[in-house]
Amino acid sequence: MAEKPRLKLPKEAKKGEIIEIKTLLPHVMESGQRKDKDGKTIPRKIINKFACEFNDKLVFVVDLEPAIAANPYLQFHAKVEESGRFKFSWTDDDGTVTTAEENITVS
Amino acid sequence: MRQLSRRDALALGVSGAALTLFGYEEHASAAAKEAADQIAKFTGGKTAEGGRISIELPEIAENGNTVPLSVSVDAPMTADNYVSEILVVADGNPNPGVATFHFSPISATAEASTRIRLATTQNIIAVAKTSKGDFYTGQKLVKVTIGGCGG
Repeated sequence: MAEKPRLKLPKEAKKGEIIEIKTLLPHVMESGQRKDKDGKTIPRKIINKFACEFNDKLVFVVDLEPAIAANPYLQFHAKVEESGRFKFSWTDDDGTVTTAEENITVS
Repeated sequence: MRQLSRRDALALGVSGAALTLFGYEEHASAAAKEAADQIAKFTGGKTAEGGRISIELPEIAENGNTVPLSVSVDAPMTADNYVSEILVVADGNPNPGVATFHFSPISATAEASTRIRLATTQNIIAVAKTSKGDFYTGQKLVKVTIGGCGG
């Protein structure tokens, strides 16, 4: 099982506020360019997709390439009009999906 | 043996520099072509307008393994007119693709930050697409001291 993602976003916001969201997933992001000590190429293994939804509506999606550094970090914004739940997902090359959720109260 | 005159030394230095430059250019042009191909695929051949994209990167990246990158587009983010995608390519990496950011009107700002790997000194190019089918582009040169792709 993959490691636990780290999230940073406010727990409360005003209606219509634009909030900042920071996410990080501990992951090697093996580029497929490196060689091991026997000269064999280490196969690519990266997080190739990140998605953020708010109340089941897509907010922000990223297609990641091997040029994204290890422990992929993403920072973006969202405008919140109502209380609800953010869902985050990270898809690995091997098909594993790591998910996380966070609630926000909007007043 | 005759001592090297100042002029000879200078000539040697210049030809050496030219050789280095040529080698770099040749490698760079192959990667740059692939980057240009990816951009053409993204825009569908439409011309991208300059000026609205800002790319934030350090001028000199000491460690190419993790270079902070921010891209933002100065454009409306309303329900019927918003920046839907930003493609980022690096024209000197083994694979020029870096990331594609997909936004929605809920994003509120067409702005994203991440950390990237850079093999060598090169240009980072961003191309934005709006929901109306307009394209904007911008680029920035970043100098890399220690590359971050091989190993």
